[in-house]
Amino acid sequence: MFPITPAQTVGPYFAIGLPWPQGPHAVSPGTAGAITLRGSVYDGAGAPIPDFLLETWQADPAGRFADLHGHGGGSELEGFRGFARVGHEDGDGSFEVLTVKPGSLVLASGATAAPHIDVSLFARGLLHRCVTRFYFADEEAANAADPVLATIPPARRETLIARVANGGYEINIHVQGPQETVFFAI
Amino acid sequence: MSDSPSTPRQIYAPVADTPAYYAREPAGIHPPLDFPGYKSTALRHPKQPLVYLSQGITEVTGPALSSLAPVGELDNDLTRQHDGEPIGERTVVFGRVLDTEGKPLRNTLVEIWQANACGRYRHRWDRFPAPLDPNFSGAGRAITDDEGRYRFITIRPGPYPWGNHYNAWRPAHIHFSLLGRAFAQRLVTQMYFPGDPLFPHDPIFNSIPDEAVRNRLVSRFSIEDTQPDWALAYEFDIHLRGPGATPLEEAV
Repeated sequence: MFPITPAQTVGPYFAIGLPWPQGPHAVSPGTAGAITLRGSVYDGAGAPIPDFLLETWQADPAGRFADLHGHGGGSELEGFRGFARVGHEDGDGSFEVLTVKPGSLVLASGATAAPHIDVSLFARGLLHRCVTRFYFADEEAANAADPVLATIPPARRETLIARVANGGYEINIHVQGPQETVFFAI
Repeated sequence: MSDSPSTPRQIYAPVADTPAYYAREPAGIHPPLDFPGYKSTALRHPKQPLVYLSQGITEVTGPALSSLAPVGELDNDLTRQHDGEPIGERTVVFGRVLDTEGKPLRNTLVEIWQANACGRYRHRWDRFPAPLDPNFSGAGRAITDDEGRYRFITIRPGPYPWGNHYNAWRPAHIHFSLLGRAFAQRLVTQMYFPGDPLFPHDPIFNSIPDEAVRNRLVSRFSIEDTQPDWALAYEFDIHLRGPGATPLEEAV
């Protein structure tokens, strides 16, 4: 066994290297069924965090990934990346990702996962990434059967569920405080 | 087979070369999110315990590079991004990206960013009154080869002051971002240079509690790879988490 390399904070200056011009686009603009996913990231005092880097990773509506290995045969949706990266040199704490709603997934255990997007959050003051998920408020039945949501106390599940709003979905991330988002150890 | 979103498909199938699960990372490797010595963690760390997530296909897959921003031929040479050469010690930074079983991670993206030789970042929030270098942007990208190797040519970054506490200085470092081959392997870290006198005084470096673990972030000077009459070389291997046994205890 080789030793794992430890994490360090992304720091305040990642914007000189990490953002890509099309970074916030998990699908090509103009893709049928494209949605925007908007929100803000807040600290424990309720103030917006301007210097975060947020990344999303997800399946396409058919449950296929645009991944390295062609899981499920690979996504056939043209222009689908499934991966978005948002980070600003001079941010106001908000993010906006252009994507499509992912499909449900059948897991190795046989359980069905509700449509979800995996999220990594990095920031100055975060010594390691925080991992969370976005689910969708209009997938009530699927959410009720989701094996991951089932492990979360009902009062906190809501922090993971994006609301239908403005022709897309909205969800805020609170890294600390009374509305603290659920973060995962994976 | 229907591809309707409302009809989940059985998509999980082990693919050669792809772990079905990644091993859990032992405690004490990564720094704690709550670390009072680094003041900015105070309002930015979750206080609730992390929820254990049973890995599914979303966690063991990762983006294909072909779908992301293309990496140009000179993206790994930070000394050739402008008309002139940047001021500073020309430096080769090289190494391999491997998993914990020693298996090379090929075709994976390595991104770096750093201060210039004076310790100044080309970022509007960096107020350190040291000169910017018109010939240095401070960002680079590389893709690993079949043996997991990457190589950057840059200049050695300078140490710089920051506002964490009185007379606080960051040791010279290069930020590294690794996509790995799966969401589970994503890592952002920093590489340091051997023998830096600022090590004992830096809360970010010392947020990793174990000295031996901390020192994994210190690159190794390599006389073998130092280029005669041209540049010193530093080697930095990165080990991302590797495959784990099927976690039977996770079965729902």
